[in-house]
Amino acid sequence: MMGVLEVKGLSLTLDGNPILNKLDIDFWDGHVHAVVGPNGAGKSTLAATIMGLSGYRDFEGDIIFKGESIKDLDINERAKRRITLAWQEPARFEGLTIRDFIRSSARDKSVDNLKRTLDEVGLDSDEYLMRAVDKTLSGGERKKVELASILAMEPEVALLDEPDSGIDIESIERIFQAVKVLKDKGTTVIMITHSLAVLNQAEHAFLMCNGTIVDKGVVSKIRSYFEDKCIPCPHKNVPRMAKTGGRV
Amino acid sequence: MSADLTTINDLYEKINSDPHELDDPNVAHLVIDHNKVLGQHQVPGLHMDVDELEDGIKAVMRLDDNTVLEKQVHLCFGMYPEKGVQRIIMDVTIGKNAKISLLSHCVFPYAIDVQHIMHGQIRVGEGSEYSYFERHVHSPKGGVKVYPNAKVEIGKRATFRTEFELLRGRVGLIEIDYEATCQAESILEMNTRISGRADDVIKVREIGHLVGEHSKGVLTSKIAVRENARAEVYNELTATAAYARGHVDCSEIVQDNGIVSAIPIVRVEHPKAHITHEAAIGSVDNKQLETLMSRGLSEDDAVELIISGLLSRKKK
Ligand SMILES: Nc1ncnc2c1ncn2[C@@H]1O[C@H](COP(=O)(O)OP(=O)(O)O)[C@@H](O)[C@H]1O
Ligand SMILES: [Mg+2]
Repeated sequence: MMGVLEVKGLSLTLDGNPILNKLDIDFWDGHVHAVVGPNGAGKSTLAATIMGLSGYRDFEGDIIFKGESIKDLDINERAKRRITLAWQEPARFEGLTIRDFIRSSARDKSVDNLKRTLDEVGLDSDEYLMRAVDKTLSGGERKKVELASILAMEPEVALLDEPDSGIDIESIERIFQAVKVLKDKGTTVIMITHSLAVLNQAEHAFLMCNGTIVDKGVVSKIRSYFEDKCIPCPHKNVPRMAKTGGRV
Repeated sequence: MSADLTTINDLYEKINSDPHELDDPNVAHLVIDHNKVLGQHQVPGLHMDVDELEDGIKAVMRLDDNTVLEKQVHLCFGMYPEKGVQRIIMDVTIGKNAKISLLSHCVFPYAIDVQHIMHGQIRVGEGSEYSYFERHVHSPKGGVKVYPNAKVEIGKRATFRTEFELLRGRVGLIEIDYEATCQAESILEMNTRISGRADDVIKVREIGHLVGEHSKGVLTSKIAVRENARAEVYNELTATAAYARGHVDCSEIVQDNGIVSAIPIVRVEHPKAHITHEAAIGSVDNKQLETLMSRGLSEDDAVELIISGLLSRKKK
C-alpha cells in the first residue's frame, strides 16, 4: 500500500499548550480514511497543520507528500499539489456568488460542471448557483457548498473536517455519496469526525486522543472503542463517543 | 433620434449596454457629451427640459402624478476629450404616487484631467418611488475628478434609492456628498461601492435625516483601497421622530499602504427611534483568504475575489 501523505513526529504548541504530541500518521493513496477522537483531541489542529494555515506553521516533525516535505510550502502551494481542506465551520463571503466561489477552485470551469458539483452535494443548481456564499445560507447549505468546491477542485488529498456537522439527517447520504465521487476519482479522503455514521463510511481509521494517534486499523476495530467507551490513551478523562451520528 | 449615433453607440459599448435599448419608444433617454445634447427622448408623463451651459448642462426633470415608468430611464453623461470640466445641474421633481428608475452612465474613458461635477436637487413626492443607479467608467489613468452631490427631499411614504458604482477604470478622485430628509413612512437607501488603487482618493459623505415617524434609512458603503489609495467615509444618520429606524453599514477593506477612515455618526433624538451601526475595517478576513488559498488561489487572486464579492451588486 502506497502512503501518499505522511506526518512524522508532529508536535505543536498553541498558546503554550501542547496540542499535538509526536504524532505519526500516514494516509494511503486513494483510500477513504477517518480520523476519530473526542472533542479537543486535536483533530482540527492536525488538519490545519497539514494544510499549512497561519498559526499552525511552527512545529516539530515533518509532513511528507509523495515523498517530499511540504512543511515549508504556503497554503496555496500545498493546494497547487492538490491538497485541500473543507473547514468544519466554513467562511462566509459577502456578495460572492456560489458560482464564482466554486469556479475559483474548479479544474473544469464550465458552467455545466459547476452545476454538476452542486447537484452532487444535493443542492439544486438552478436555485443555488447565483446565491451568495454569505450568511443567508444555513450552516448545512454552506457545508454543502464547501464540499462542492472541493469536488470541483478534483484534489489528490481532501481533508474534510466534520463533514456531517450541521447537515440534516436526510442530506447525510448525499454527503456520503459525494465522498464516493471523490474516491472514484482517485482522491485520498481524510474525514475528521467524532461521529459513528461518518466513521462507518471509511475504509480505514485512526483513533486520536490527546494530540496523538493511539490506534489504527479497520473500521470495525476502531468502532469498538465507541462501544466500549474505552480508549487506550494517557488521557486523564475517559472520552465517550457518540453511538450514532450524534455528537459527544 | 436626433443624435450623433456613432458616439452614442460608442459610449454604450464602453459600458456594455445595448444601444438598441435607446430605440425602444418606451425608454426615455438623455445623452450628453460634455455640454452637447446628443440625444433626447421623452415618454408620456416625463418632462425633460435641457439647457446647454458653457461647461455642461442644466436639466429640469418632472414626472407627473400617478405616472409609473416601467422602463428604466437612461442618462448618459460622457466626456470624450482628455481635459475639461463637465457640470451637470439636475433639478428633479417627482409628483405623487409615481415611479421612476434612472440608470445614469458617466463615461470618461480617455480622461487625463477631467472634472465631472453633478449638482442634484431632488424632490420625491408623496407615495412615489425614485431609484437612481450611477455607473461610472473612468480612464485607466485615473485622471478624473468626480463631485456628485445631491440634496434630496423624500415625501411621505416615498422611497429614494441611490447606488454609486465604479465599473471600470481608476477612481482618480471621487467626492460624493448626498444629503436626504425623510418624511413619515418614507424609505432612504444609499449604497456606495468603490475600489481604489494607486493614489486614488475616495471621499464619501452621506447624511440622512429621519424626521418623519416610521421613516427608515440605510446607508451602506463598501470600499476597498489598495496600494496608496485613501478613503474617507462620513455617514450620518439622525432620527428625530418616533419609530424612525436606521442602519449604517461600513465595510472597508484595506490592503498594502491604503488608508481608510470611517466616521459614522448616529444620533437619536427621540426615545422611540432606533439606529444601529456596523463597521468592519481592515484587511480581508483571514479565514476567507485561507479558504480560497486552500483551493489553489494565490493570495492576490484571493483578495481580488473577496473584494469583487464585497463590491458586487445585490441581485434584485
Ligand atoms: N489557537 C489555539 N490556542 C490554544 N489552544 C487551542 C487553539 N486552538 C485549539 N486549541 C486547543 O487545542 C485542543 C484541540 O483542539 P481541536 O484541534 O479543535 O480539537 P478537535 O477538532 O479534535 O475537537 C483543544 O483543547 C483546544 O482548546
Ligand atoms: Mg474539530
